[in-house]
Parts: sequence; structure tokens; C-alpha cells
Amino acid sequence: MNRRDFVRAASAVGLGGVAAALITRANAGGTVWQIEPWKCTQCGRCATECVLEQSAAKCVHSFDMCGYCRLCTGYFEPQPNKLDTAAENQLCPTGAIFRTFVEDPYYEYTINEPLCVGCAKCVRGCTMFGNGSLHLQIRHDICVHCNECSIARACPADAIHRVPAAEPYKFKNRGGQA
Amino acid sequence: MIWLLAAQRFPPPEFTETGHALPGFLAPLPRGPWLEHLDIAVLVGALVLAAWLALRGRSRRGIVALGIFSVLYFGFWRKGCICSIGSIQNIAQGLADSSFGVSATVLAFGLVPLVFALVFGRVFCSAVCPHGALQDLMLLKPVTVPVWLEHGLRLIPYTYLGLAMIFAATGGGYIICQYDPFVTIFRLSGSALMVSCGIGLLVLGIFVGRPYCRFLCPYGVLLGMASNVSKWRVQITPDTCTQCRLCEQSCPFNAINPSTVETPSRTVETDKRRLAAMILLLPLLLILGGWLGGETGKHLAGRHRTVNLAERIYLEEIGKIKDWTAASAAFRMTATPVESLYADARVVQGRFLLAGRLCGAWIALVVGGKLIALAIRRKRHDYEADQTRCVACARCFRSCPQELQRLGLPVPEGAPLAPPS
Repeated sequence: MNRRDFVRAASAVGLGGVAAALITRANAGGTVWQIEPWKCTQCGRCATECVLEQSAAKCVHSFDMCGYCRLCTGYFEPQPNKLDTAAENQLCPTGAIFRTFVEDPYYEYTINEPLCVGCAKCVRGCTMFGNGSLHLQIRHDICVHCNECSIARACPADAIHRVPAAEPYKFKNRGGQA
Repeated sequence: MIWLLAAQRFPPPEFTETGHALPGFLAPLPRGPWLEHLDIAVLVGALVLAAWLALRGRSRRGIVALGIFSVLYFGFWRKGCICSIGSIQNIAQGLADSSFGVSATVLAFGLVPLVFALVFGRVFCSAVCPHGALQDLMLLKPVTVPVWLEHGLRLIPYTYLGLAMIFAATGGGYIICQYDPFVTIFRLSGSALMVSCGIGLLVLGIFVGRPYCRFLCPYGVLLGMASNVSKWRVQITPDTCTQCRLCEQSCPFNAINPSTVETPSRTVETDKRRLAAMILLLPLLLILGGWLGGETGKHLAGRHRTVNLAERIYLEEIGKIKDWTAASAAFRMTATPVESLYADARVVQGRFLLAGRLCGAWIALVVGGKLIALAIRRKRHDYEADQTRCVACARCFRSCPQELQRLGLPVPEGAPLAPPS
């Protein structure tokens, strides 16, 4: 065995060792990026920091936490002229929230995801003054799974981390912070 | 705790009147695991094909076709991530932090091309890496980079690799991904800075062959080291080198080492003295590099999220700064004691100091090794592809008259021919 053969064999053993050391760890099934909604501070960077033109972070609604309020602070501007669906009364800059009457005095609020830009204005309104049922999640059909999420890098609350691909969402629910 | 109370501000209704059912969550899933397995299979298949095309098929046309496929599949279809170049950061972070998991796909993309390089040379670079293939396809009017500049610029990737490893191993982010010029092209979106860098490098790549691969790519460093001891490698001539020098100009990457048969050798004595001086210089370089690296590491630590936040909070605490940033406000909302943040930051700073020293020593080793290598005169009887630099692009084969003779193609007039063996 000459020097070259020896170095090659040693390198191969080294690479094998690295593989063996890492493959036995958790998350061998892969990870995806996700927002921890209880840590999110609604700074609005999700809308602008994603590498995609249309951010992969979108607002989702936890209906079991929602109060179905007539005056929804996630839907309406702070001092709305009238509690109706007119654009000037809405907080959402793209009109991505549908408001439908359920029964007196309850209204249901549904996100129209293709319109949502992930700006978190509604999330802030809902979290500050309401039940906090509106929250942001990364949508994995849009996300391109960058090796380093550029929203995660910009997140001031360090709320975005890798999660196992088998459980790719961290939805809020009435049970509270897990 | 605050959040728990907030969740009870308005009790969710029962809907006794209408019996309204609550809608559930929509949860679109990430790419299925079978697609990831397909990626690994395509990677291995492309590597096998590239190795065959470069070493046995000796087909430039085949390499170009495979390159186009890789750009389309690994680039535009997979949108770039995870790529082999970036995966070494995950592996470094995994090795440094035992709680950090690395997926099988990442491991495969990081290690399989290195294994192939150990056996066949840099066949990954030739036509499997979408970054390399894209630049290779762009090269239309190659100009020769002067050898002294080539040697100097070739040290950049080693430094870049060292820096990337510091940041990855200390959890300070993935700079290779952050400053990846071509992924923006594959995604057709990205920051203005990186899009312009990508386009700039591609335009430069029309004249300067593979500028990223040669003068930046940190993964190319590892592939080059593996390729240096590879079992088989690209042979310019299929049988005998007749010293005709026709291949000399065929490589746009300065990766052909000329034969030393006809060059007059300098006096042996001078070279020996220079070599001895360079070997003695190496330990000094290592100490200097380690120290400089450690000092640099201390400063780089400020780029880590925890250290950055701790520095900000400290300034706010002692009253030097009045206003809060989004990050410091978010930190204060968690009600974590500042002491624990400071302690975390100190741990990170310690890691940066160590990683910086190692990186500095690594760069010093590379520079020292380069000086030693330049002082050694190797004897070569043939024109050979450089073991480290050759990216197996297959451009040189058809410049060799022996190859043309083998293929039954017209041989340029006056070229010396040896009978094929």
C-alpha cells in the first residue's frame, strides 16, 4: 500500500465515521422550517424577508380559540367607521380575511390564503386585544426549504426553527403553549 | 402566562342555535419523502454517468448533456436546496452540536460526491453540480488567467471554507447559503444583491472559466483534496503522450500541468535551500495564523444572534442606549434574566475563539503548504490533468492527436503520433 492508497483509505474511513455518527441522530427523516406562534412578536418581517416574491409565511386561523367577535380586532382598523366589510374599515392590506355571519352576535373570520402576504397586521390586532387565534405559519407547499431560512435569520424573536418534517406545523390551539 | 390569559379574553361560543361546526386547519405538506429518495437516486445515477463519461466514454458532448440535465433537475426543478456545497455546513454543525440532527438526504448530498471524488476525481464538478454545470455552459470565450493570479485566487476558497465552518459549527448561520450567487437564478427570486452577484458571475463566466468553482467554492476544496488521492482520474491522452503540446491551451481552468521533460531545471541546491526555509516557516505561520484567527473569531462572534443580542441588552441595561430594537423588545417580553443571556453569549464567544484559532491555523497550513509545494519541482514525463484542479469537463480530450487517431478523426498536420498501444 503506497501513501496515496493509505490516505484514500483513511479518508474513506473518516467519511464513513461522519456518516455513522450523524445518521443515528434524531431528525434523520428531514426537517422543515416553522414558526413557533407563541414566540412570534408580529414584527412583520415574514412578509418581506422570505426569498420568495410571495412569502411562504401565511396567516392561519385557530377556530377553536376564536371568540367569533362582532368587533374583531384582527379584522377591523382600530377605530372603524362601521362594522362592515368595507375596505377602509379592514386592517388587512390585501383584504385577505372573509367575514361571514354565523349567528347573533357571532361572525366567522376565514383567511383567503392566496391573498395573504404574511404581514401579521391581523395577528398583532388579534393577539394584543383578542384571543390570539390568528397566527402565522410557514406553508410548506410554497416554502422552498432553504438550507438557511432567511426569515429565521431576520426574526427578532428567534421564533423560527427547524422542526421534524413528520410534524411540519405548530398550530395554536385552546390548550395553550405546549 | 400572559398568553394563556389572553386566550380567555373572549370565551369561544358554543353555537347552540345553529350547531355551526368549527372549520379545521389546512396543512399543506412538504415534499414527500419519496421525492427526497428520488433526489438521492438521481444524484448517485448522475455521478456514475459523469464518472463513466469523463473516464471511459471520454465524451465532451455527453458531459454537456448531463450538465444541462443537472442544471434543470438539481437547479430549476429542486430550486437549489439542499445542495452539496451547503450541506457541509449542516454536517459541521451536526459534528459540533450533538443535539443538531442532520437528515439522510443532507448527508447523502454532502458525502456521496466526496466518495466519488476519492475514486474517480472531481466528476461531481464536471456535470452533476448545478452551479458548476451552469458556469461550464456559460463559458464561450475563455481567457487565460495568469498563473500567479490563479495561484493567489485559488487560496480564497480555503479561507471561505474555514470561515463557513466557524459560523456553521458555532451555530452562527450558514454563510455559504446566505451568499450563494446562483440559487437566486434557480429560484428566479432573491435579494437584489445576490441576484446581481449571480448575474455578474455568470457574465464573468463567459470569459473566465467557472469563476465560482475556482476562486470561491468551499466544497471544491474538499473535492480537490479527495481527488488528489483518487484511485482513477482523467487522462488527457488515451495511450502515449508525445509531448506535442496541443492540449496545453485546451484547458480553460489552468488545470493542465506541463511535462517537465523539455524545461531546463534550476540548480538543485537553490531549490533545496528554499524548501528548507519554507518547511521551517510553517510552524511560525501556524502560530501566527492561530493567534490571528482567534482575534478574528472574537470579532466574528458579534454576528451570532445570541452575542449580538447580549451586547445590545448590555448597552441598554447600563443606559448607554435608550430605545429598544425589535430583538431586544422580543427578548424582554420573554422575561428571561439578562444574566442567563450573558452566560449563553459567553459560551458562544468561547466557541468562536476556539473555532477562529482552528480556522486561522487551517489557513496558515494552506498557505504554508502552498509555499512548500511551489518550492518542490516535480518531474512529469507527460502533460497531465492536475489532480486537484481538474474538474473533468472533458474539453482536453479531442485536442490530443492520439485521441483523434483512436477515434479515426483527422489529425492536425505535423502532429507527432505514436502507435496506439
